[in-house]
Amino acid sequence: MIIAERKPFAEIKAMVAPYKKILIVGCGTCVAVCLAGGEKEVGLLASQLKLSLGLEDKRLEIGEITVERQCDLEFLRPLCDFTADYEAIVSMACGAGVQFLKQLCYLQPIFPGVNTSFIGVNNEAGYYTERCRACNHCYLGLTGGICPVTMCPKGLLNGPCGGTIQGRCEVDPEKDCAWSKIYHRLELEGSLDKIREILPLHPHDRSTTPGTVIHPAFKRRYGAHE
Amino acid sequence: MEFQPKILALVCTYCTYTAADMAGSARMQYPAGVRIVKYLCTGRIDLIHILKAFEAGADAVMVSGCEAGSCHFLEGNLRARERVEYAQILLEEAGLGGRLEMFEVAASDAPKWVAAVQEMTQRVEALGPSPLRRGRHLHAGVVEQLENMVQS
Repeated sequence: MIIAERKPFAEIKAMVAPYKKILIVGCGTCVAVCLAGGEKEVGLLASQLKLSLGLEDKRLEIGEITVERQCDLEFLRPLCDFTADYEAIVSMACGAGVQFLKQLCYLQPIFPGVNTSFIGVNNEAGYYTERCRACNHCYLGLTGGICPVTMCPKGLLNGPCGGTIQGRCEVDPEKDCAWSKIYHRLELEGSLDKIREILPLHPHDRSTTPGTVIHPAFKRRYGAHE
Repeated sequence: MEFQPKILALVCTYCTYTAADMAGSARMQYPAGVRIVKYLCTGRIDLIHILKAFEAGADAVMVSGCEAGSCHFLEGNLRARERVEYAQILLEEAGLGGRLEMFEVAASDAPKWVAAVQEMTQRVEALGPSPLRRGRHLHAGVVEQLENMVQS
């Protein structure tokens, strides 16, 4: 899922300072799981803003709403009429959600409430780590389920390099050497021969932005946009 | 009019509530400005409960649970402590630092409850009334609202 962190309070407060009536829109999927922008966090931000502005004797009317996913038109469309009453919107979704919301509700200024960090996993409540760079070319079958593009601090496709120090990376001794881990994984699954395969250059052209994917079943419908 | 701090105490039924009850039975004297909301465990206390209390005009909030290692639900009090520490950061950012504290009071330790209330009251007296209160008393509906939130 997409991991995000809430922006510093002072930054959000400065963004909404010129307005009298704002809407905070949460997203109930990824950012809710990583405790950055779900319904609860919308409530916390609204409460924090009310407290802070109340201390300065300023009035700010705050609307709160959380949709299932801000990256999905199905959930965003019903929001449009609702947002019309507000002067500005703070979206607590990832970067994709913020952009999609603004695409639909383009009359008011929109501000991001979180910084989108990466695609990662939920190790435990409150502890998230990166796993995928969304490079559009997956090697995981060859590398024992450890992504060299993401997990190797150097992003090497063939390893380990000479910079492995007891399972850690010379770039940062705090970080694991992905290729050392890949070696041990492959050893465990009995397919160490895979590490001998020399991977060709990474097709960076496949991850030029902005990317587009059209499902094969929908080629006829959307093919014209290709 | 003399300033009388209004403090909301979010407490665990197994330990602090029992201690507070005992303090009452034993006729121990302590500042009367504390309102108690009983939770089944401090682990149930949400950040928003604390922030809403301040929105409603509480001068301070104290969270009080079991001593470390003696939670009826094993680690509810430890979770509460993590949340209280985070809530302290959120309040600090909003400009209300120093008005939230976590205590640990065992069921048998009524004097410690009395001391905790006294300590919190003194602290609030030094800080002055919450600027959000503006002469209002703690909103009557808040305690009831919190109780409903807990039960839901």
